[in-house]
Amino acid sequence: MKVMLIDDSKTMRNIQRNILAQAGHTDIEEACDGQDALSKVSAFAPELLLVDWNMPNMDGLSFVKAYRAGGGKSCIIMVTTEAEKTRVIEAIRAGVNNYLVKPFAPDLLLTRIQETLARAKAA
Amino acid sequence: MDARSITHFIASTHQVFETMLSMPVTPGKPSACCTVPSFQSDVSGVIGMTGDVVGMVVLSFPLSTARGVLKAFTGTDIDPSSPDFSDAVGELVNMISGAAKARFEGLSVSISCPSVILGPGHRVQQVSDATCIVIPFECPAGKFVVEVAMRKAESAVGTKAA
Repeated sequence: MKVMLIDDSKTMRNIQRNILAQAGHTDIEEACDGQDALSKVSAFAPELLLVDWNMPNMDGLSFVKAYRAGGGKSCIIMVTTEAEKTRVIEAIRAGVNNYLVKPFAPDLLLTRIQETLARAKAA
Repeated sequence: MDARSITHFIASTHQVFETMLSMPVTPGKPSACCTVPSFQSDVSGVIGMTGDVVGMVVLSFPLSTARGVLKAFTGTDIDPSSPDFSDAVGELVNMISGAAKARFEGLSVSISCPSVILGPGHRVQQVSDATCIVIPFECPAGKFVVEVAMRKAESAVGTKAA
């Protein structure tokens, strides 16, 4: 499975990359903000995107809106410190399929990925 | 700043260290920021807060503690001169601040992207019109502090206490 990690923190991208690698997902592209992701997403064509919210240049919510407006249909999980209910609703309305609040245990990230992909497959 | 707000930061620090580093932390007695610190700050991660609450969160370590904490966080011993070192400190303060602000019920608070200061014996001057509290912690890697300076924004007066 092709996965795109969009987070301004290289540390967080590495953590996510290691968790995904342990689950056998090694076809991974990284982007450091929404703009960087928009410039890479078409060529890479990921099946899943993990998107941080607070990033410089273009935040995650703006990226999700732009990606969906451009016809992007892949599953998106927002992985962020933004935990308030209003933010979660805002993200879902923008086109996010699932939501994971940092800090998270590795197992929880994999669980979110599995349930997101299963839901998309069933739809 | 009320006692509950301090509790939010103790809980969020505990949550981040326990979840992401598998490292227990023990909080000490919070005190005013003017208190003389029990160690030299060599590494600090700083996050600004805006919205119904205005202020700053500072996570400060002596260098040896920072190296131990980041080794537990990233799985590698990162050289302090590497950009990865600052990046990891920034992500830690980001998660601590984010998890704390999620506990501010009824208040809308945004946090900035983190900044990191490196230098032996530095001090981060908090905003002068905010209440500032230092929360000391001990973990297996050593001592560190979380400094929180905040005040309610003019626009938020009348809403729930911060």
